[in-house]
Amino acid sequence: MDTKTASPEKEFFFTATEPEFRTQEMLLNMGPSHPAMHGIVKIAVKLQGELVVDADIEIGYLHRAFEKSCEACTWNQAIIYTDRLNYVSPIINNVGYCMAVEKLLGVEIPPRGQYIRTLLCEVSRVADHLTCVAAAAMELGAMTVFLYMMKGREYLYELLEDFCGARVTTTAVRVGGQPADLPEGWTEKLTRAIKEVRVILKECHALLTCNRIFYDRVRGTGVMKADDAMNWGFTGPCLRAAGVDYDVRKYFPYLVYDQVDWAIPVGTQGDNYDRYLVRMEEMEQSCRILEQCAKKIPNGPHSVQDKRIMLPDKKDTYGNIEGLMNHFKLIMHGHGIRVPVGEAYQAVEAGNGELGFYVVSYPIEGEEKDGCASRPWKARCRPPCFHFVAALPDMIKGDMVADVIPTFGSINMIGGELDR
Amino acid sequence: MIPSRSPFDPQNPLEGRVITTPFDKVLGWARKYSLFVYPFVTACCGMEYMSVSSAHYDLDRFGAAFPRFSPRQSDVLWVVGTVSHKLAPLVRRVYDQMTDPKWVIAFGACASCGGPYDNYATMQGIDTVLPVDIYIAGCPPRPEAVLDGVVKLQKMIQESKQVWK
Amino acid sequence: MEKSLAHRKIEEKFPQAVLDSHAQHGDETLILRKEAILDVARLLKEDSELQFNFLMDITAVDYLGRQPRFEIVYHFMSLPFNRRLRIKLQSDDLYPTVKSLTPLWKTANWLERECFDLYGIRFEGHPNLTRIMLYEGFEGHPLRKDYPKTKRQPLIGPQN
Repeated sequence: MDTKTASPEKEFFFTATEPEFRTQEMLLNMGPSHPAMHGIVKIAVKLQGELVVDADIEIGYLHRAFEKSCEACTWNQAIIYTDRLNYVSPIINNVGYCMAVEKLLGVEIPPRGQYIRTLLCEVSRVADHLTCVAAAAMELGAMTVFLYMMKGREYLYELLEDFCGARVTTTAVRVGGQPADLPEGWTEKLTRAIKEVRVILKECHALLTCNRIFYDRVRGTGVMKADDAMNWGFTGPCLRAAGVDYDVRKYFPYLVYDQVDWAIPVGTQGDNYDRYLVRMEEMEQSCRILEQCAKKIPNGPHSVQDKRIMLPDKKDTYGNIEGLMNHFKLIMHGHGIRVPVGEAYQAVEAGNGELGFYVVSYPIEGEEKDGCASRPWKARCRPPCFHFVAALPDMIKGDMVADVIPTFGSINMIGGELDR
Repeated sequence: MIPSRSPFDPQNPLEGRVITTPFDKVLGWARKYSLFVYPFVTACCGMEYMSVSSAHYDLDRFGAAFPRFSPRQSDVLWVVGTVSHKLAPLVRRVYDQMTDPKWVIAFGACASCGGPYDNYATMQGIDTVLPVDIYIAGCPPRPEAVLDGVVKLQKMIQESKQVWK
Repeated sequence: MEKSLAHRKIEEKFPQAVLDSHAQHGDETLILRKEAILDVARLLKEDSELQFNFLMDITAVDYLGRQPRFEIVYHFMSLPFNRRLRIKLQSDDLYPTVKSLTPLWKTANWLERECFDLYGIRFEGHPNLTRIMLYEGFEGHPLRKDYPKTKRQPLIGPQN
């Protein structure tokens, strides 16, 4: 294209400093129900022309009393509420909560159980990242990417369904282990699913990574530098995109993450594009972890062999009186797992960052027995995306109003976890 | 529905080209296959809503996948997920802004009855503030259950009396 | 039990601040005097041998029927030294007041608002201490143990 013909176009645009085009500040409400807001959150942006000058965020529309609900049920019943925190990768939530309670109990689950948990966690992590990238891309108009990635997620959901019978809200983990072993042929299915996911990742890389339109929309928008990010309490892909290699799996290893070989992808600039790239690479790393775990998984029991914690096998429950009594002792009202008084904080790396569970066991009046409690006194979840949304005004200030959408998409706000 | 075309007969121009049917039925038929939806997605059920509306389960087959994010242009309000007391006035407002005829689908246990959340923050079913036509059970419902719900709604639309003036 | 580095440093600088400490289940915990939190947090963040640069979480626990009733719990993490620390403050007031950590960490803003909303803890020096999860007109603080689980305060629709 001739450069001379391009120059008059420049004059066509007015700069905001020209006095005759001075605009008034405008307040624009995005949300609570907005096509580009996956989840219910209200962003009130103050605009100068198209420039975001200030933003105010209101959350709490999905506050459904996670903690109060947990306090009213037994240790194992509370797992169903953890599912619904981050409903994109529920198993990681289950694992985090159960590990916190196991810390209080002072038990460690056998190696096979740990491998199963790692496998399930990584499957969920891939599903989480696929959903996040898919939704963010769709909001920028890349519908194909959305459809491809949803297809990839279906393969992973099928794996989870094979394991526990549910697709989304899985409740696949119990305090003290898993309710069941991996089904027959699961690892072979996993290998096929990984292959499919890798094909999809390759296709989406081809569609997005070097796509001029996508690149221009996301490069340099929603910037959060490392220092600020740490001050805001960022963790997970959003922090790693800023260049800090903090990952709970490496810094405070749990399960079997220290026995497999994988790397932490890090970005440099902390903008939307880096967050996208970090997520894409993390999926690849998760696939590597999955492959290694599937090869190395040992034989043996999948949960602790302690009758005070784990339910007996169904054939024992129905087959002999000891099994039946054991089942009753764990299920009936007023019985169940007894957790010693104390407090524990357990952090796991969720799709979004550090997911911490702070669990307190404290004797409840009338239900106390030997200094143990049958219900959580408090089950607090440290949600990773709460901190991102708190920092959102800082990230979108100075950007155009259209950049709010990719920024909001790339921080991956999950309503259930944000509002609990 | 339309029989094979017979050769044109000038003496009897309508022969083979016209079918007679009650107006209600044809209007219901048109309405049930062009449902514009307003997805009011709040929580976990949204994951299954995404699955249903993308290629694997393909809600488009039923003519009910086209999302309109303006309530004024939509026919069906999908309340997908938990509705808290803070959110209730907003759902009601979206419903009030929709033009008649309009239908409401309560997607999942929380929207139907509160689901596992029986506490200070959560509304016990959206039918306490707005009329619901179809309840889809499940936490979250499987995509097959959602499709079943859509088919049931279409049947209901077809069979109901059509208001059109 | 051997005192940790953070414990020693805090005792050195603020001799009266630490009331108690434990390391239950490997989580290092200090119980401080309520007034000392801002100074101690500044020390934890800025001391070159501690560098607790992450404020992970702020929450409260309501031990109804115990003296003192409320505990405000902070979780810190040091990225350079790969260490975690839990700090607890105790108070028996009905509406405990503690100093806000917003001058040190921006993220304390929302965490403290949440704590105020659900537990009724007042944070002194907070720029905008308003409800965050619940709405204007909601009475009481629902995560307190004396708030009934199903006491609803709907904006529209049938009352309880």
